[in-house]
Amino acid sequence: MPWRLLRFGLSKKHPEPRMFDAPDALKPSYDVVIIGGGGHGLACAYYLARDFGITNVCVLEKGYIGGGNTGRNTTIIRSNYLTPEGAQFYDKSLELWQDLSTEFDLNLFYSNRGHFTLAHTDAAMRTSRWRAEVNKHYGIDSEVVGPEFVKKHAPMINLQCGHHPIMGALYHAPGSVARHDAVAWGYGRGANMRGVEIHQRTEVLGIDTKGGKVCGVKTSKGYIETTKVLSATAGSTPRILKMLDIDTPIFIHPLQAMVSEPLKPWLDTILVSGSLHIYISQSSRGELVMGASLDPYEVHSTRSTLDFPEGLSAQMLDMFPFLSEVKVMRQWAGMADMTPDFAPIMGKTRIDGFYLDAGWGTYGFKATPVSGKTMAYTIANDKPHELITAFSSERFKNYELTGEKGAASVGH
Amino acid sequence: MRLPQQTSEIINREKPVAFTFEGKKYQGFEGDTITSALLANGVKILGRSFKYHRPRSVLSFANHDMNVIVDDVSGQYFIPNIRADVTKVIDGMKLKAVNTFGGVENDKASILGRFSKFLPVGFYYKAFHTKALFPMWEKMFRAMTGLGNVDFKTPKIKTAKDYGFCDCLVVGAGVAGLSAALAAAENGLDVVLVDENSQIGGSINYTDIPNELIERAKAASIRILSDCYAAGYYADNWVALVHKTHMTKMRAKTVIVASGAFEQPPVFRNNDLPNIMLAGAFLRLLKLYSVKIIENAVFLVANDYGYETAKTALANGINIKAIVDLRNGDEVSGLEEFVAKNIPVYTASCIYEAVAGKDKQVERVKIHEFNDGIAGTLKAEIACDGVVMATGFAPALNLLYQANTKMRFDDALSQFIPDVLLNSVFACGKLNGNYSYETRVRDGEFAGISAANFVKNSKIKLPKALAETQKPNHPWPIIEHEHGKNFVDFDEDLQLKDFKNAVQEGFDNIELLKRYTTNGMGPSQGKHSNMNGLRILARLTGKPAQEVGTTTARPFYHPVPMKHLGGRGFSPNRVTPLHSRHGALDAVFMLAGNWQRPEYYARDGISRQNAINAEVMAVHDNVGIIDVGTLGKLEVIGPDAAEFLERVYISKYKGLKIGNCRYGVACDETGVVVDDGIIARLSDNHFYFTTTTSGAANIYRELSRLNMIWGLDCGIVNHTGSFGAINLAGPNSKAVLAKFTDLNLDDFPFLGYREALVAGVKCRIIRAGFVGELGYEIHASALEIHKIWDEFITAGATPFGVEAQRVLRLQKGHIIIGQDTDGLSTPYNAALDWALKMDKPFFVGKRSLEIIAKKPKSQVLAGFALPKDYEGAPPQECHLIIENGDIVGRITSITKSPKLGQIIGLCHIKPELAAIGSEIKIRFSNGSFVAANIVNTPFYDPENLNQKGVAK
Repeated sequence: MPWRLLRFGLSKKHPEPRMFDAPDALKPSYDVVIIGGGGHGLACAYYLARDFGITNVCVLEKGYIGGGNTGRNTTIIRSNYLTPEGAQFYDKSLELWQDLSTEFDLNLFYSNRGHFTLAHTDAAMRTSRWRAEVNKHYGIDSEVVGPEFVKKHAPMINLQCGHHPIMGALYHAPGSVARHDAVAWGYGRGANMRGVEIHQRTEVLGIDTKGGKVCGVKTSKGYIETTKVLSATAGSTPRILKMLDIDTPIFIHPLQAMVSEPLKPWLDTILVSGSLHIYISQSSRGELVMGASLDPYEVHSTRSTLDFPEGLSAQMLDMFPFLSEVKVMRQWAGMADMTPDFAPIMGKTRIDGFYLDAGWGTYGFKATPVSGKTMAYTIANDKPHELITAFSSERFKNYELTGEKGAASVGH
Repeated sequence: MRLPQQTSEIINREKPVAFTFEGKKYQGFEGDTITSALLANGVKILGRSFKYHRPRSVLSFANHDMNVIVDDVSGQYFIPNIRADVTKVIDGMKLKAVNTFGGVENDKASILGRFSKFLPVGFYYKAFHTKALFPMWEKMFRAMTGLGNVDFKTPKIKTAKDYGFCDCLVVGAGVAGLSAALAAAENGLDVVLVDENSQIGGSINYTDIPNELIERAKAASIRILSDCYAAGYYADNWVALVHKTHMTKMRAKTVIVASGAFEQPPVFRNNDLPNIMLAGAFLRLLKLYSVKIIENAVFLVANDYGYETAKTALANGINIKAIVDLRNGDEVSGLEEFVAKNIPVYTASCIYEAVAGKDKQVERVKIHEFNDGIAGTLKAEIACDGVVMATGFAPALNLLYQANTKMRFDDALSQFIPDVLLNSVFACGKLNGNYSYETRVRDGEFAGISAANFVKNSKIKLPKALAETQKPNHPWPIIEHEHGKNFVDFDEDLQLKDFKNAVQEGFDNIELLKRYTTNGMGPSQGKHSNMNGLRILARLTGKPAQEVGTTTARPFYHPVPMKHLGGRGFSPNRVTPLHSRHGALDAVFMLAGNWQRPEYYARDGISRQNAINAEVMAVHDNVGIIDVGTLGKLEVIGPDAAEFLERVYISKYKGLKIGNCRYGVACDETGVVVDDGIIARLSDNHFYFTTTTSGAANIYRELSRLNMIWGLDCGIVNHTGSFGAINLAGPNSKAVLAKFTDLNLDDFPFLGYREALVAGVKCRIIRAGFVGELGYEIHASALEIHKIWDEFITAGATPFGVEAQRVLRLQKGHIIIGQDTDGLSTPYNAALDWALKMDKPFFVGKRSLEIIAKKPKSQVLAGFALPKDYEGAPPQECHLIIENGDIVGRITSITKSPKLGQIIGLCHIKPELAAIGSEIKIRFSNGSFVAANIVNTPFYDPENLNQKGVAK
C-alpha cells in the first residue's frame, strides 16, 4: 500500500481539505469570465493562472463541474488524426496528458491501452494507411497492422465480425483512457488553489457589449464587469452565441453511450470499428464502455433512445458474440456540438474580448489539456495560439475547412 | 430451515432440484430462487462484497442483492452475473459466487476490510499515480475489479423482438397496479399489465391483504405479462419490456407507473452482516418459500409495516427478542400484542451496532437511545440470530424520471412524489405516498380512470382521493458510529463517513457526490442507497431535500442482456441478382459497403495478379462483362424532373436530348463532390440515372429530402434493388450484343440511351465508357438479367471483377468518388470543372463554388507514372508525396497497367508541383522514396477513340 494513504488511517479527522471552494457571492468584476465549468473551461482557468499569472478569473457553471460532456464521454485519448493541423494539435494534448496526474497530485487513472481502428473494407484500409502516414510524418506512433496483430492484442475477437471480416487496423499504441470526472476536479482544484473562483449552479443570462467589445456578463447570481469572456460550453454553445448574435455552423447532435454490468477484466485495448459504427473499452471498474456514432438528427437534449442500445448491441455481438448474456446496466447521452468539418472552432470572434472554444463534437475530452493551454494563451495575448489558427471560425467564411471529417466518424 | 407446507408458498415440493454452490451439493425445490434454496439449506454466506469482501447474504430479496451474484458454470457456456435473489434455481446448476479470492467462505481479499481506514473515499485518486508505478498498481486494480466472468464460449444468441401496442400499459401488478389496470379495463381500455415477478399481486401474496384484486385481474380482459420488467421509458410512451426470452417494444397510449417502493436499509454499524435483512425479504422467504432462517429476531422498525411483519413472525413461531423503534413513544401505537407477550419494545432507540458471531452471522445487537437522529447511551445488548428492518421506503421513480416527470419532495412523508407528469403518464400507489391497502386501491382507480379519460377523451368521474394516515418513511434512519462499517451503499461498500469525507472535500452536490463516492453506480444503480445518500447530503449541507435533488435515473431499470437488445440484428449482406453466376465462375468476393462483389475470377494455376491482368486484356482485346448491379439506379419523373436534376447536379440537363446521356456530378452545400453517375433522358419528363455503389442509399435519401424541401413537381423512384446491370465492354462488345438484340447498334452513339429487348429481356442500355473500351451498360429487371449474362458468357465474353475494372478505369483517368476525392475535393481540384456549369441560376454548392473559384487551389488531382523500368514493389494508395520534408500530396489510386506495362496512378498534389513532367517523390511506409513523374491523363487512348468505337 502506498505510504500516501497512511495518513488517512492515522489521523482522527479526515485529513483532506476541500478540493474547490464554494464562494457565495460573485465579485463585481473579473479580468476573465469563463462560461462553462467542464474540463475545457477549468483547464483554461488553470493555465491562465499557472502560465500567465491571471488569477482574477471566475468560472461560471450552470450545473456542477464536469457535468456536461466531460462527465459523459467515453474517455478515449488519442492523437491519430488525419490532417496535419489535427494530428499536431492532439499530439500536443497527448503530451500534456502524460504528466497531468503528477502535476495535479491526483490520480486520473491515465491508462495506456493501445487503440485499434478496425478496417473491414479495402477503403477503410486505405484511410488507415493515410492516417498512419500522416501521423508518422509528425512523429505520432501509428501504423497499419494486419488481422493477426489485432488478434494478438484482443485474442477473443471474432475476426469474421458477422459478414464484415476484419482486414486489418490502424494501431495507435499511445491510445489511452482516463477517469473523466477527475480531470475536471484536477483542473478545478489547481485553478482554485491559484485564486480562480468556481461558481457552480450559476447561469449566464446575457453578455453585454459596448462598441463591439465585451463589457459585462449577466448571471443568475448578479452582474459581472469584465472585458474578456470565454465560452466553453459544448452543447450549450448555440444558446450562448445567440446572446451575441454570432453565427457558427454548429449543430447539436446527441451522442449516446452505455455500460455493461461490471465484469472481470478481459479486454485491455480500445477497439473502434468504422464499418460497424461501434467502439468498446473496459473501465477500471470492469464495466464495458460502449458507444456508436452520433444520432443522425439535431436535438438539444440528453435523453436516451431505445434504438441506440439495440443497434449497438447487435453490432457488438458481431465482434464479440460471447457478450450475448452480458447485461447492459446504463445508457446516457451528451450533446455534441458538431461542425461541418469535424474540427473545433477556437479563438477570437468578431466581438473584441469574446473568445470561443466550441465545436468539440465527439473529440473534446482528449483535447482538454491542449485546448485549455492554447485558449489561455489566446486570451492572455489576445492572439490565437499557433496550434489553433486553423480552427478559427473564419475558416467557414473563407472556405478553408480542415479535412478531418473522413477520419472522425466513430473514432471519438 | 424449511417450514412445513403452507398455502402461500410457491415452491413445488414434488419436484426437488439438485444444484451445487461453491462446489457443494444442495437440494431445493422447483420454484425456489437460488437464494431461497441456499438459505433453506442453512448456507450462511452467499456472497462477498465488492470492495472489502465482507460476507453477505440476503438483504432485499427483490432484485437488488448485489452482493449475492453468481456465475452458473454448468452449461456449454456459463452465464455471468446471475442475481441469486430472484433467479429460479434449475436442476444441475453449478453456481459460483462472483469476485472472490479463494471462495465465498474464506475469501482472502477480506483482509482489505482491515485496511479500510487507509482506504478512504476516493483513495484511488489520492495515490498510485507515480508514473513509473501506475501500470503495476493498475494491474492490481484490474485484478480486483469486476464481478462475474465472461465465457468466451458463449455463442451469438439472437432473440426475436416483439412489437406491442396497447391503450394503457400498467407497470407493476401490486395492489395499486392491479386496481389501476382493472379501472382502466373496466372503462374500456386495452390494458397490458407487467410485473417482474413470476406471480402478480406483489405483497398480496405474502401478507394478509385479500387477494380479490388478483382474481378480478385474472378474470378481466387484461393482458398480463409476468416475469417481465419495464426496462426503460422512451419518448412517446415507447417502453422496453424485457421478458426472460426476448424484448417487447411497447407503444402505449398511456402509461401508468405503479412500480411501488424499494425498502431502504437503515444505516448502522455492521448492518451488512448475514441474517440482517429487510422486512420484505423476511416475509417473502417465509411465506413464498417457507424458509425460516431466524429463530430469535430483533426488529428494527419505524412504521406500521414493521409491526405487521413482527406479528407475522410471531405467528410463525419466531421469537422476537426485542423491537427497536427509531420513533418516539408518542408516535407509536398498537403495541398491545407485544406487551402481552412480554416482548420489549424500545422506542426512541436504535441499533447502534450489530456484532458478528463465529459463523460471521449476526449474534447480538447493541441498542442505544436515539433522539433527534443522534445515538445516545447503551440501553441493552441482546442476543439474536437475525435482524429484520423496516424503517422506510424510497419510491421506484425510475421510469417516471425517464418520462420527464418533475418531482416534489414531501417532507411529511419523507419521500419524492411525482408532481408534474406528461399528460399521458400516470403514477399511483406508493409512488404517490399511499401505503395503506385502501389508499392504494383508490389511487389505482384514480389513475386507471384518468388513463381512460385521456384515451377516450371522456369525462368519467374520478373517485375522491383518500387521505393516507401511514407515515412509513423515517426521515433519518442513519446512525453514526466512530468505527464506521455502517453501510449506505452495499453494492459499493460505502460507509457513512465516506459521504461526510467526500462533502468535506467539496463534493457537496448530489451529482458530484455520486461521482466521487460512486454511490449508486453499482449494479443496483442506487435502488437502496440513493435516498440515504440524499438525506446525508441534505443534513451535511443544511439544505432541504428538494433543493439537494436526485441524480438522473437513466435506463435501464434492471440491466438488459445484450442478446435481447441486439435481437436478430440488422446488418445487411447484399448480393446482386447475378451472385450465383459469379460463384459458379469461381469468383473471389470482396466487400463493397454491404455488397458482395467479385474481386476477380480465380483460374486454375494462375496467380491473382495474372488472373486480373488476363481479365483486363480480355476487355482490351476482345470482350468482357462485369456485374455493375450494385450501382444506385434512380428515376426522376414529372414536369420538373429536369429542373430537379439541374439543381442537384453541377451540369445542365434541360437541353439533354431524349435518348442521350450525360455525366453527372453532385456536390454538397460546401461545394465538395459527393457523388457521380450517368443521367439518361427517357422522355421530356423522365430521367433514369445511376449513382455510385457506396453512395446509393445516401443519395436517394438526400434527393428525397431535397425534393420535399423544394416541392418540385416530380417524384423519385429507387430501382437499385429491382434492376440488375451488366457492363459489356471491349472491341467485340458490339458484335456480341448484336447477336441478342434487334436494336440498330450502328445508330447508337457514345453516350446514347436506348430501350430494347436483349436475349428476350426488356433492357435499358447506356453506351458508356467507364472502362475505356467500346461498351454497353445494360440494365434490366433483377428477375431476368441472368438470362442476358448467361447468353454473353456463352457468346464468349470474359467475366471481369472489380480489380480489373479499377485498372481499366485508372488507365482512362476516371476517378472514383471517395477514393480520388476526399472531404475537401471540389470539382476544381478533382479535375471535374469541365462539368461545372456556373451559369445555371442555382445548384447545390453553387454559392460555395463561386467563392472557392476565386481562391487559389490548395490541391489538384494529377496523373503520374513510374519509370517503365521500375521493378521494385509499387507504392500503395495513400502513400504520401514529400517535397523538402513537407507533405505535398498523396497517391489516391495506383496500379500496374498490363496494357501499358507501367505503374500509373492519380494523386492529390499542390498545384505548383503538378506541371506535366515534374518529378514527385513518393514515400513508402518504411520511409524510403521512389520518384515518379506527373503525366497527362488519360494514360490510355487519350483521344477516347476506343470507347467512342471509332478506333481502327
